[in-house]
Amino acid sequence: MRLTILHALLPALAVLAGPATAEDKTLTVYTYESFTAEWGPGPKVTEGFEKSCACKINWVSVADGVELLTRLKLEGPGSKADVVVGLDTNLIAEAKATGFFAPSEVDTSGINVPGGFSDDVFVPYDYGHFAVVYDTQTLQNPPKSMKELVEGDPSQKIVIEDPRTSTPGLGLLLWVRAVYGDDAPAAWAKLKERVLTVTPGWSEAYGLFTKGEAPMVLSYTTSPAYHMVSDNSDRYKAASFSEGHYVQIEVAGITKTAKDKPLAQSFLTYLIGPEAQGVIPVTNWMMPVAPAASPLPAAFNTLVKPEKTFLMSPVDVETKRKAYIDEWLAAMSRS
Amino acid sequence: MLAGAVCLAIVGLFVGLPVLSLLLSPVGGPLDGNALFDSYIYRVARFTLLQAVASTLLSVAFALPVARAMARQSRFPGRIWLVRLMALPLGLPALVAALGLVEIWGRQGWLNSLWTSVTGAAPISIYGLTGILLAHVFFNMPLAARLMLAGLERLPNEYWRLSANLGMGPVAVFRFVEWPALARLIPGIASLIFMLCATSFTLVLTLGGGPAATTIEVAIYQSLRLDFDPTRAVALSCLQIAFTGALLWIAARFAVVEDDSRTSGQRVRRFDGRSFGARLRDATTLFVFLVFTAAPLVAVVRSGLAADLGRLASDPQVHKALLTSLAIAGAAGVLTVALAASLVRARQQALSRRRAGPSALALASGISASTSLVLLVPPVVLGSGWFLLVRPIGDVATFAPYLVIAVNVLMALPFVVRVLDPAFAQHRSRTARLADSLGLSGWSRIRLIDWPVLKLPFLMAFSFAMALSLGDLGAVALFGSQDMVTLPWLLFSRMGSYRTADAAGLALLLGLICVGLTILGTMRGRAPLEPHHG
Repeated sequence: MRLTILHALLPALAVLAGPATAEDKTLTVYTYESFTAEWGPGPKVTEGFEKSCACKINWVSVADGVELLTRLKLEGPGSKADVVVGLDTNLIAEAKATGFFAPSEVDTSGINVPGGFSDDVFVPYDYGHFAVVYDTQTLQNPPKSMKELVEGDPSQKIVIEDPRTSTPGLGLLLWVRAVYGDDAPAAWAKLKERVLTVTPGWSEAYGLFTKGEAPMVLSYTTSPAYHMVSDNSDRYKAASFSEGHYVQIEVAGITKTAKDKPLAQSFLTYLIGPEAQGVIPVTNWMMPVAPAASPLPAAFNTLVKPEKTFLMSPVDVETKRKAYIDEWLAAMSRS
Repeated sequence: MLAGAVCLAIVGLFVGLPVLSLLLSPVGGPLDGNALFDSYIYRVARFTLLQAVASTLLSVAFALPVARAMARQSRFPGRIWLVRLMALPLGLPALVAALGLVEIWGRQGWLNSLWTSVTGAAPISIYGLTGILLAHVFFNMPLAARLMLAGLERLPNEYWRLSANLGMGPVAVFRFVEWPALARLIPGIASLIFMLCATSFTLVLTLGGGPAATTIEVAIYQSLRLDFDPTRAVALSCLQIAFTGALLWIAARFAVVEDDSRTSGQRVRRFDGRSFGARLRDATTLFVFLVFTAAPLVAVVRSGLAADLGRLASDPQVHKALLTSLAIAGAAGVLTVALAASLVRARQQALSRRRAGPSALALASGISASTSLVLLVPPVVLGSGWFLLVRPIGDVATFAPYLVIAVNVLMALPFVVRVLDPAFAQHRSRTARLADSLGLSGWSRIRLIDWPVLKLPFLMAFSFAMALSLGDLGAVALFGSQDMVTLPWLLFSRMGSYRTADAAGLALLLGLICVGLTILGTMRGRAPLEPHHG
């Protein structure tokens, strides 16, 4: 009812904007924006896959992984997405609860991710360990463990992200929880002294870090690889923590409403195949989940390789996230 | 008045429909009454209001001496550039400005390097309330000064001649001439700044030092994005509007309403401020203002120049984003000015009737409220609501540009109203009877009487609206699609994938466009009723 006026108005606008072009066989893939950026994996994956599929990939990209799930929920069952690329393990339980996704039925035997994650609906395509990245020019003795980070010199600051608004922020929250268990609030109360500020997202935090505002930032073990490969600089390094690192695994899934399921499946198979797995590390700056056709740049061999990986089950994340965030808020807000 | 009522209805529908759709959508569960106003929200609301009140008071307090000094010194080389500087921070995305500020005030900033090298002490940290206030004053004090300056420059020349004849000192001039004029403007300016600060998001989180600094806007974003709880998001938005609205309503009680006087319309000449002492004082004030406002911008320019500008300039993606941004901002600018003009006109007409009926009064107060409170409706709520509305009709990507323009129009409306309203009121009081007695109406009245005078406020309003839309990231991020990439979106996307230098270069480009817009906004920046004598 309330749509009547709009129903009348909007088609007129649509005509002004020009008709959408339709291909005969199109695979609509929803993902986050940096995946489809010109330097992201999108262009090369498109080129590689379209060579063999006699189809066209129609990318629809949104800001980030969380936004991706929001978009799907807003669209409801009528979503045009055939494949969704870019959710992470922390979002899986919520994504499954929407009921939009179907079991992938893709052969994932070639996949090897730390933490031994496997799922019948979502297929991992890359991963990265969270890490404290530090500036070697201003920090000579980086923390060697979470304990050293928490208890270290409060005048050496770190910039972290907010778990209420960003995935790395949530990652650190779960990481501290994994290391400290129920003592996490006390650890946060101590770490608080070292926290310069808590930014809404990764970009703000990394921006402050590279401006030199703080010698440490919460990022990924793969961040130094970018600076080595693209900037030819080894100034920024990731600190290896003896307790282990929390992992972020990025996954892709097929929707129940996928128009051409075999096509969607062949896309996922391509995504975890040697060609795409060779592209992803140097475009998405994450680690491959399966053997790649082309060897990784030498910079990747110098990265921190966590001995132990933390990963909380998606269901636990969904049920306990709110309590953890409240705990974090209480510990961090105390003055 | 009919046009005004229609415009008001459009604004109301544009805000109301998405809120309704969010509430009625199947994804929104029933509201848990207990959970809404818990201690967390209480703390957040208290902090939101506290920092917004403090930011507003500081911005207005610092803007006052700047506007007065500028008005007093009506002629000096480079003055026009100071006026332009006042409108510049407006067009910068919050993150760009935050990084610029950090380069001056941050731990490794210019000021702290000076401090540590002189005293040898540890750097002073701005993160916390200090940083938030600093950033809010940086964004809003120049805006307040610009609007106040416009008010002072509208004062008739006779005032200055008379006050000079009476031998009034600066205190008396302030008390009898400047203050009455400013007192009329300050409630509007302060309410605008208050709303901007109350809904601040990126600046509060980035410079706030920790979650103790959280605004309701952050909680709304969290409830919609992370928890996907539209009902709670809408409830929190209502809470935000209620809180802020109540405070604004109280503030509005202090508003002074006064009629403008007629004037011979000669070029304004100030007779005070010519003594050496006055000049020195004003020069100091303006110098402090210049350094405070320009230094972070210089930092932005400096980082921008370090980028590979040649490559950026030949990057087709940059070209496309530039065109998209200009098209969206241009359309938003024109529409905002048109919408604001009809709303302002309708409100003044409704109030000017000798016996304004209840419907006219309702229209007038509806317009006043809507042109203020729209800033309090979080873009993320508007965006999600419109998404739900549009999706059944067709591809959201098709409508995205129109929705972004509409959200930008709404966002810029309160600014533009504050530019146009005083100018319209003065123009009306000066020309209404003359035009009526000449029997001028319709097109000829617009062409002969209105346009020549209102052209300048229109240009200023347009440049404000366009700059705001240009620097806006929020609306685009809501409907974001790879087909509609604006400059701030591209900037943020490069920044989000380690390309900090590119982002700095794009920030410089955005800044340059804003400079262009402020030049447009200050075209023939002289007193409006300048007679044509050579």
